Amino acid sequence: MPVVLENLGKRFGDGAPVLDDVNANIGKGEFVALLGASGCGKSTLLNIIAGLEAPSSGALEVPSDGAAFMFQDAALFPWLTARENIELALKLRGVGKADRRTKAQELLELVHLGTAGDKRPHELSGGMRQRVSLARSLAQDRQLLLMDEPFAALDAITRDLLHDELERIWKETGRTIVFVTHNVREAVRLGQRVLLLSSRPGRVVQEWDVTEEHRTDAGLAGQLTGVITARLREEIRRHAK
Amino acid sequence: MPSNTTPLAETEPDAAPGRAEYVHAALTRTSTGKEDLRELESGLDSLQSDAERKHRIDWSRVLLPVAALVVLVLVWQFYVSLGVKRRDLVPGPLDVAGQMGVLWTEGKLQEAMWTSLQRGLVGFLISVAIATPVGLLLAQVAPLRRAFGPLISGLQVLPSVAWVPAAIIWFGLTDATVYFVVFMGAIPSIINGLISGVDQIPPQFRRVGTVLGANRLQMALQVVLPAALPGYLGGLKQGWAFSWRSLMAAEIIAVGGTIGFGLGSLLDQGRALSDMTVVMSAILLILGVGILIELLVFAPIEKRLLRRRGLLAGSTR
Repeated sequence: MPVVLENLGKRFGDGAPVLDDVNANIGKGEFVALLGASGCGKSTLLNIIAGLEAPSSGALEVPSDGAAFMFQDAALFPWLTARENIELALKLRGVGKADRRTKAQELLELVHLGTAGDKRPHELSGGMRQRVSLARSLAQDRQLLLMDEPFAALDAITRDLLHDELERIWKETGRTIVFVTHNVREAVRLGQRVLLLSSRPGRVVQEWDVTEEHRTDAGLAGQLTGVITARLREEIRRHAK
Repeated sequence: MPSNTTPLAETEPDAAPGRAEYVHAALTRTSTGKEDLRELESGLDSLQSDAERKHRIDWSRVLLPVAALVVLVLVWQFYVSLGVKRRDLVPGPLDVAGQMGVLWTEGKLQEAMWTSLQRGLVGFLISVAIATPVGLLLAQVAPLRRAFGPLISGLQVLPSVAWVPAAIIWFGLTDATVYFVVFMGAIPSIINGLISGVDQIPPQFRRVGTVLGANRLQMALQVVLPAALPGYLGGLKQGWAFSWRSLMAAEIIAVGGTIGFGLGSLLDQGRALSDMTVVMSAILLILGVGILIELLVFAPIEKRLLRRRGLLAGSTR
């Protein structure tokens, strides 16, 4: 199991707990969608898994080499070209100079940006930037890839395409992916498993399996989306005054 | 994003010809294979990227400043020809140009210009070499910054001319005096520029650096320094301005000894001889060097830097 979370809790200072008693097991090569409304501590949970923050209580088991991370904004360095952004990730990982160039080109090809390597981030569209960002996180060469709402800021057409793209790359690279979103459709579209987090405090309240049939049968997928949405709303309603 | 409780998928007609069925975007796979996906993506990429624009030479950039200069000289000549003041107190542009010609044939102009430029540049480059690591260190290490930050800001406010008397007492009338004054002018402003550049880095960049596994040194050199480059360049510009000013101040005040003959010395000589044409020539030369360095060195670097980062759109540059 690459990721095991046991009774994980997190609070900042004396405030109310952000995460409380989070339990989850994520297997190698699995694609897990972490779904929740605002205030469910999704980003905090990702930061804890990535080792950027420490939990206040509970235990967790993560790969010793850490995790690759992809953010909501592409967060590319504007002073580097697309290729150089990927090469920097390789460099910081300790890849030799000669290998960096070929490896970066391979990764650009993987995200279908083989010819855009010399463009600077501001010359790329949002979707292209996000793909460079994906290539950069793959350049980190970690088994575990954490994604924090990476497509939330994209237009619907681009997002639909990137869903296909991400699924393809996941299959080609065999990464373990934890994908945070508050979009139910996106969770059903991408995850093999959808974990629903409650809000304030965040806790895994229910999970659903998404099968291969859901990928091709829109009716089935729509049904599951409905079920998950209903459960999510129930969670939100609990906070009504 | 609104979500429906009724299981209704967003539908979109498929682009593939000869197929009547609909793909259910958002919920299921929308592309029909790897090649299809590649094609769709490249279509979308070209729709969403701007067409490349050619950069042409914008003549108004050259002509407008020249026109402004011509107007100023004409106004000056006009004022002088009114004869309000004595000609030896307020010489006209032609008198000053004539004096410059004389200074040139005497070789004084070249000597003064060369001496000052050389000192200014050497002093500036040494200041950069000192200020850059110090600035990075202050920007990255919080206790150091808290301790020395106010002092450095204060030094920037202190006119570096104030150091001239002290420098003369310590180093006598030597080049060391001149360089010391230049350093005290340039170093604090470069440090401050670098620190404010670092302060303006979006926090996300550091997070990315951490996630990518950068250690402290790598973070400073690969992330923080390039990210802070626009602010740093601003600091360098100001640093150059301060070294040039401090140099002139030092040259005007400290004359003689082993200190060579610079533009400031020329200015002071003109004052001693009560020759306004020499004074004006020296002032214009000092100004001219400043403008040339800005136009030939800093402006192109800054423009390139900003354009590469996509920060130039909509500016009046």
